[in-house]
Amino acid sequence: MNGDYLELTDVRVTFDGFVAVDGVSMTVLQGDLRFLIGPNGAGKTTLVDAITGLVAASGSATFGATQLLNQKVHKIARLGVGRTFQTASVFEELTVLQNLDIAAGAGRGPLTLLRRRSSVPEEVEEALEIIGLGDLRDKQAGVLAHGQKQWLEIGMLLVQNARVLLLDEPVAGMSAHERDETGQLLRRIGAERTVVVVEHDMDFMRSFATSVTVLHAGRVLSEGTVAEVQADPRVQEVYLGRAATTGEVRS
Amino acid sequence: MEALFGQLFAGLSLGSVLLLAALGLALTFGQMGVINMAHGEFMMAGAYTAFVVQGVIADAGIALVVSIPLGFGIGGLLGLLLELTLIHRMYNRPLDTLLVTWGVALILQQVARDVFGAPNVDVRSPSWLSGSVDLGVAEVPASRLFILVLSVVAVGGLALVLTKTPLGRRIRGVVQNRDLAETAGISTRGTDRLTFFIGSGLAGIAGVALTLLGSTGPTLGTNYIVDAFLVVVAGGIGQIKGTVIAAFGLGILQAAFEYSTTASIAKVAVFAVVVVFLQIRPQGIFSIRTRSLA
Repeated sequence: MNGDYLELTDVRVTFDGFVAVDGVSMTVLQGDLRFLIGPNGAGKTTLVDAITGLVAASGSATFGATQLLNQKVHKIARLGVGRTFQTASVFEELTVLQNLDIAAGAGRGPLTLLRRRSSVPEEVEEALEIIGLGDLRDKQAGVLAHGQKQWLEIGMLLVQNARVLLLDEPVAGMSAHERDETGQLLRRIGAERTVVVVEHDMDFMRSFATSVTVLHAGRVLSEGTVAEVQADPRVQEVYLGRAATTGEVRS
Repeated sequence: MEALFGQLFAGLSLGSVLLLAALGLALTFGQMGVINMAHGEFMMAGAYTAFVVQGVIADAGIALVVSIPLGFGIGGLLGLLLELTLIHRMYNRPLDTLLVTWGVALILQQVARDVFGAPNVDVRSPSWLSGSVDLGVAEVPASRLFILVLSVVAVGGLALVLTKTPLGRRIRGVVQNRDLAETAGISTRGTDRLTFFIGSGLAGIAGVALTLLGSTGPTLGTNYIVDAFLVVVAGGIGQIKGTVIAAFGLGILQAAFEYSTTASIAKVAVFAVVVVFLQIRPQGIFSIRTRSLA
């Protein structure tokens, strides 16, 4: 498992003639905390959608030796590729624990599903611990704070045993304190996993990224460490010279 | 006092029949947003299942006990077949589903006519359900009491499955957020099929219960399908408790109108009440957001 990495080769997504992702190739190694940045419409979320099967794509995306593209969404998830959504997506009317249970039991057959759970599975308990929601386990997910929902989403990926985590703007709308905690959380879980973070928040990126890929108009514009990417004149141009000097970039 | 209780029981009894007919729809229409006009024919299939079982097992009591799970299975399998062949192709096209399943309903009625003949058939009630039971305040027919209990058990069972088991969590999860459920590794197609199986199976159970009240014919389902939809819509799409309240509410209302007028006028009056109610509260008694309707 240790040598497994996520490799994209010439991934292309077209919507009715509009090219949203135009031949993206990149490699993300295990233990890497890769940030995927770029202006709005650069194709960041679409790329994540393509890898997780929510949109059809051409090219190749492999994890280990397994081809991910154009497989069924739940099959990809069971292969160990998990994602979160831009707007915190949890099952709002179920409790924190039930949310994690759904994710943990996704591969079970229908007949075993009729048994009532007698105790909380170990991996669920562990995930609750990691995301720090242990005290809120019986709360309805809908009433959680925004940041807590995002952590719950990440927790759902953990109990699914996701080896690749694709996080779509995990800190959007979070307070500074929550951002920091999220960053620490990503570092904790990222050591043994392959993590890709789509983000607009440059401060957050500078604090926690180990490597950065910049997308622009569906293509990879630049790739490297935070310093290398910031020094890249093409990146500065795309961000109208603001990215390198000011904090947050939002368009 | 006795007259009042008698009326109340008549209402509850009517309501329990409505509830059995509507419970499966609350799943397939309420939770999944599929307008299945063949739901009534699944009830008919359940009723004929009871008829066939009685041909094999002489003892009416044992036959009834066997028929209930078997009717669930037959109704469920028919539903599964319908889902696999037609409905899954049109999840986002409710109006097309309506027409197609109506066609399926007509076909199933004709099949029943060809197999069992056009005249109605009768299923014998077991001896322990043919008398009446003294509840202290009034004597009530045992078969109606049985159906009342059966409907409560069915609702309880369904509620238990939906709220307490992992399967129920999965069904509710898929209803609430399909994309998230899929990326959490859940086969939403599989869950759809399973939900449809359970909903259609409940129609089968309703059909078995109806054989205790009257004779069984090919058009048995058409008598109930409109009422069943009425109950689900009035109760609020997507909510089982709304369906329960609406079923008993409409049953009691119908019985009360019948007491003072005739059955036909009572029906008209109930429809009028529902129409007015939906003008004031279009979302029904309870409401949550579902994926394709409302």
